[in-house]
Amino acid sequence: MRRLLFLLPIVIVAALVAAFWAGLDSTRDKSALPSALIGKPAPIAGLPGLMEGAPPLDLAAYKGQLIAVNFFASWCVPCRAEHQYLRLLTDQYKIPVIGIAWKDKQADARAFIAELGNPYHAIAEDERGRTGIDFGITGVPETFLIDGDGIVRYRFAGPITEPVLTGQVGPAIRALQP
Amino acid sequence: MMRTLALLFLLALSAPVLAQEMTLPDPVQEQRARDLSREIRCVVCQSQSIADSDADIAKELRVLIREQIAAGKSDDEIRHYLVARYGDFVLFKPPFKASTFVLWVGPFVILVLAGIGVAIYLRRRAPDESRPADLSSDERGRVARILNEEDSAQ
Repeated sequence: MRRLLFLLPIVIVAALVAAFWAGLDSTRDKSALPSALIGKPAPIAGLPGLMEGAPPLDLAAYKGQLIAVNFFASWCVPCRAEHQYLRLLTDQYKIPVIGIAWKDKQADARAFIAELGNPYHAIAEDERGRTGIDFGITGVPETFLIDGDGIVRYRFAGPITEPVLTGQVGPAIRALQP
Repeated sequence: MMRTLALLFLLALSAPVLAQEMTLPDPVQEQRARDLSREIRCVVCQSQSIADSDADIAKELRVLIREQIAAGKSDDEIRHYLVARYGDFVLFKPPFKASTFVLWVGPFVILVLAGIGVAIYLRRRAPDESRPADLSSDERGRVARILNEEDSAQ
């Protein structure tokens, strides 16, 4: 019994070391909060379309497909950086990407798309920003994967660059594709 | 003199100011909004409250809190609204429920275990043998005689 008690501090320290070691994993997105929306239906309903003459966004049109929803804004610098990689989501991973302009004036968002190109299947505008908050975004850019039943399955906060795509978002897509 | 005054003035201006993007006209409601904002963690700068943070999302949440207060929502309803979207982490005081049980109770459990460990250790120790009992008068006599004999033997 005494020996057991003697070992107890060593065991506790070993457990703590293991826990901290796991936390040191540099490939983990340390500051990312787990999204509270995972497993819940995506809260998009009838957002107005951004582009000239575009209808309001209707997720029902994408039923049965895995899609990506990407929050961006013209005033957001990392959004500019990730914009070119969004096309890869469609080209390489074959999933439609829906853009949502968050807290952006319509004219500014349209100019952003005109300047940098349109990788999106559809774009909606969330000028008041409430849909972003409904998704629990921590800022822009932020991208969600939504499955064929409209359930949020994955969230990535930050710009999707090539290493992020191959290392994190890509594998998440593969895991969700039937 | 003027330089120092100017510098002090600039220093005063640079002090963090509670964002004035929208204050409620009713002072009671505005105070509720400020108190509530101090309870909500900024999801970007996670050690700050949204009252202190400069992040865009913090500003949005401050505005949202004021809108909801003005619309008649209670503090609890607003907390629920935010937790539904951001998780328990967004409250500086996590609610006491099954999943946060370990968080709340853990430290006390460790304290009690440590206390038990110390008590067991103290109980198990052999009685204090390091200090001999006092000598009886007979024994003291014997010691004196032995010492005397040794002295005379030398």
